[in-house]
Amino acid sequence: MAHIKINEELPGIRSLMDFRPETAAPLNALAEVLLRNNEGLTMGERELIATYVSSLNDCTFCQNIHGAVAAYYLGNETVVKVKEKFEHSTISNKMKALLQIATNVQLGGKYVTENDITNAKNEGASDIEIHDTVLISAAFCMFNRYVDGLGTHAPDDPEMYRFRAKKIVEETGYTHSSPK
Amino acid sequence: MPHIDLANDVPGIRSLALFRPDTGKELYRLAQVLLRDDSPLSQADRELIATFVSSKNECAFCTQSHAAAAKYLYHNDASLVDLVLADYQNAPISDKLKSLLTIAEKVQKDARLVSNEDIANARSHGANDRDIHDTVLISATFCMFNRYVDGLATLTPTDAQTYKDMGVRMGELGYNPPSNNG
Repeated sequence: MAHIKINEELPGIRSLMDFRPETAAPLNALAEVLLRNNEGLTMGERELIATYVSSLNDCTFCQNIHGAVAAYYLGNETVVKVKEKFEHSTISNKMKALLQIATNVQLGGKYVTENDITNAKNEGASDIEIHDTVLISAAFCMFNRYVDGLGTHAPDDPEMYRFRAKKIVEETGYTHSSPK
Repeated sequence: MPHIDLANDVPGIRSLALFRPDTGKELYRLAQVLLRDDSPLSQADRELIATFVSSKNECAFCTQSHAAAAKYLYHNDASLVDLVLADYQNAPISDKLKSLLTIAEKVQKDARLVSNEDIANARSHGANDRDIHDTVLISATFCMFNRYVDGLATLTPTDAQTYKDMGVRMGELGYNPPSNNG
């Protein structure tokens, strides 16, 4: 049971977007700009950062839905390996450096060091890629808390997440995805 | 010095909204809806929750700017802001607001800590679904803003008057994204 009266048939953030459309609009628009954009980081890389941060925050709903979207682009094995230990996965050194920044942002903004930034730049990360990594990590520290702080329901069935992810990628994006 | 070249010398979140206007626009829209538009919580109380969470996250820019906005909006009761930051359980605020700050504090630490007892306690002091929803989302949102502002090491002014002026602007005009035209 969620902490407030919402439509319990809707999972995760969808129940909250249905409860309060006024905040849903900028939240969805932010997700759209940050995640569905191939300038600098690819959409797959953006979703991978979102998935990884959600797994650090142990948010079941967010890591499953964004994990399914990331898997659509990058394959499920990459997502599983990154969540296990990204340092040992087959992603680029630039992505490893950016995931290190995302990891530190999840702990708190001040944990990002000059050394992390220099390392990412040495691996070829641009200013906008560093910016987007920090904001994606920060934004998921928000989304994860919103979803779990109100006790929303996260389904177990992986097929539900795969179905919804395909719909987000191929049809609706985030701006046009209805909570229902 | 900021971690990346923001191509401007304004402080805090404004420097980031100028660097990347398309995300800035949505972040300011979110702040406006959450902190200024319709809610059962007063604008001052909502700014207080934002200030309290920013102080837990030790974000100097957000703490000082939102504290200034809260003080502006509380008028004659401005002194309660610093008392809440020092020890909210013994500050001169309602039991309802104390119970909501307890929820905000848990969301800041780890949202899964919010318990049925915390919610029941808030309801027993008169909090409704919207009070609880807005409190959780304000806390969550400032866990984002604080990380964004500090994670890129944006400029943080140190003089009190700068924040006082910001507080007046935030209180009177609300949240409008900055533009390169001034």
